Amino acid sequence: MADLYEVAGLQLSLADMTRKPLLGAAPRLEILKGLNFTIPKGSVLGIVGGSGSGKSTVGRALVRLLEPSAGSVRFDGVDITHLDEAGLRPLRRRFQMIFQDPMSSLNPRHRVGTLIAEPLRLHGLDGIPTRVARALDHVGLPAGFTARYPHELSGGQRQRVGIARAIALEPDFILADEIVSGLDVSSQAQVLNLLEQLVRDLGLTLAFISHDLSVIRRLCARVMVLHQGVIVEDRVTADLFASPQAAYTRELLDAIPLPDPDQVWA
Amino acid sequence: MSYLVIDRLTVRLRGGGPLLRAVSLQVAPGEVRGLVGESGAGKSMIGRAVLGILPQAAEVVSGRIMLDGVDLLALPPGERRRRVGATCALIPQDPLTALNPSRRIGPQITDRLVDIMGWDRARAEARARELLAEVQIPDPDRVMRCYPHELSGGMRQRILIASAFAAEPKLIVADEPTTALDVTVQKQILKLIKEMQVRHGTALLFVSHDLGVVSKVCQSLSVLYAGMVLEEASVADFFRAPKHPYAAALLAATPKYTDPTAGLIPVPEAVLVATRAEVAEADRRAEHG
Repeated sequence: MADLYEVAGLQLSLADMTRKPLLGAAPRLEILKGLNFTIPKGSVLGIVGGSGSGKSTVGRALVRLLEPSAGSVRFDGVDITHLDEAGLRPLRRRFQMIFQDPMSSLNPRHRVGTLIAEPLRLHGLDGIPTRVARALDHVGLPAGFTARYPHELSGGQRQRVGIARAIALEPDFILADEIVSGLDVSSQAQVLNLLEQLVRDLGLTLAFISHDLSVIRRLCARVMVLHQGVIVEDRVTADLFASPQAAYTRELLDAIPLPDPDQVWA
Repeated sequence: MSYLVIDRLTVRLRGGGPLLRAVSLQVAPGEVRGLVGESGAGKSMIGRAVLGILPQAAEVVSGRIMLDGVDLLALPPGERRRRVGATCALIPQDPLTALNPSRRIGPQITDRLVDIMGWDRARAEARARELLAEVQIPDPDRVMRCYPHELSGGMRQRILIASAFAAEPKLIVADEPTTALDVTVQKQILKLIKEMQVRHGTALLFVSHDLGVVSKVCQSLSVLYAGMVLEEASVADFFRAPKHPYAAALLAATPKYTDPTAGLIPVPEAVLVATRAEVAEADRRAEHG
């Protein structure tokens, strides 16, 4: 299987403005410390870690919302590490992102139809109404939803609109950043089932960022554990759950409260 | 005897529909009762009704809230505030919005002791220092002088826990106290709340959407849907065999990482339809006496 993403020595640092001296440059804060990994075409990769582990930053470097400080990110053979906005534009359609909070990522003044059509129009695609209808159908929302506003929808429905917006462009890759953490367990299960089905039907490659290993286990074939900007474990999901190697992975697993009063919580 | 007794409490939106439908529940001293349900089920609303901090738009229609044998709803507002202020406390969800960003930590803990409990400042400060040590904050003196933004989320939540226990309350309402935290930090905070609750013998009303968390912290739980209690059980019984179909479906939807085939099953449409019908039927019965 060919690799859609090849990431080598990925580093990202930011100026630490809280420690900036009055004169002179601020010290650099290392967020990602040289990551190496690949994402094969058609695979689902889970990225887990605690807050501040750098998991969202890796995601944003993959879809080039952030520019890496060193290393390289190759997307389908093209080096996108330092590509400028004009160079990125034709590629943008091929890698899309779904955000955590649809209430803040969907414009509250636009109807669902416009929200899904807007990126299609920006990319100069034709047959927009058909594409919008098809995207809504894929996420299991009725066609009549095009006339609704985001506030008229439930959390799960809003997140479906976020997904429809991403898949309408027929991308090769989707980055989903904590997209079920704001949902109730039942909607969470529905959205995960939907993603599972879309990955299968549309042949998508997916990177799924989450702090929740139980959600990752359900959806991802492979999982990468990040801790303080370093990959501490990158393995097939079943193996990772059977025998976690890194101490941090074990700590994460031990901290998950199972719905079982007999679980011993050391 | 139960410290808190809620008896057929009905709360509605002013000029609108019911938010809580004849909710009854009890919490004994030293007991931790979980309130679970999906968003909008009214679980936070119960805690807020007890503390007398319902949103402006909501009003109590009927029912009683008995705190230590006294019906809070029958008291004049000032008397009620004093009583609740002296005996109850809240551990809120988001430690960042609950702390005033422009004030140091120390006075935010001692204010309550000085203003409501009438302690002198020196005694309140000594107590705050003692509590910060009890919630395992290293160097309490330094932390008392910090502003909230200088501390991590876990540290801020520890401070709110210390602050909640400061006046030795008899009842604490914890409203999703770990939702904003990492799993590893969540575990530390839950263990801390549990330890403190046991040591102080406090009655705890624990609001959560996470059945995993509830199974670790609570002895009993009430499952809510649309402001109605569908099932009330001990934690041991509930997790072995939930009785109400909706409650069982909620448990089946909860992820379980140890078993990839279990959990994450959406609540079936048929169960939702039946549960809604049950709520409508209860409303009809209430209306016709």
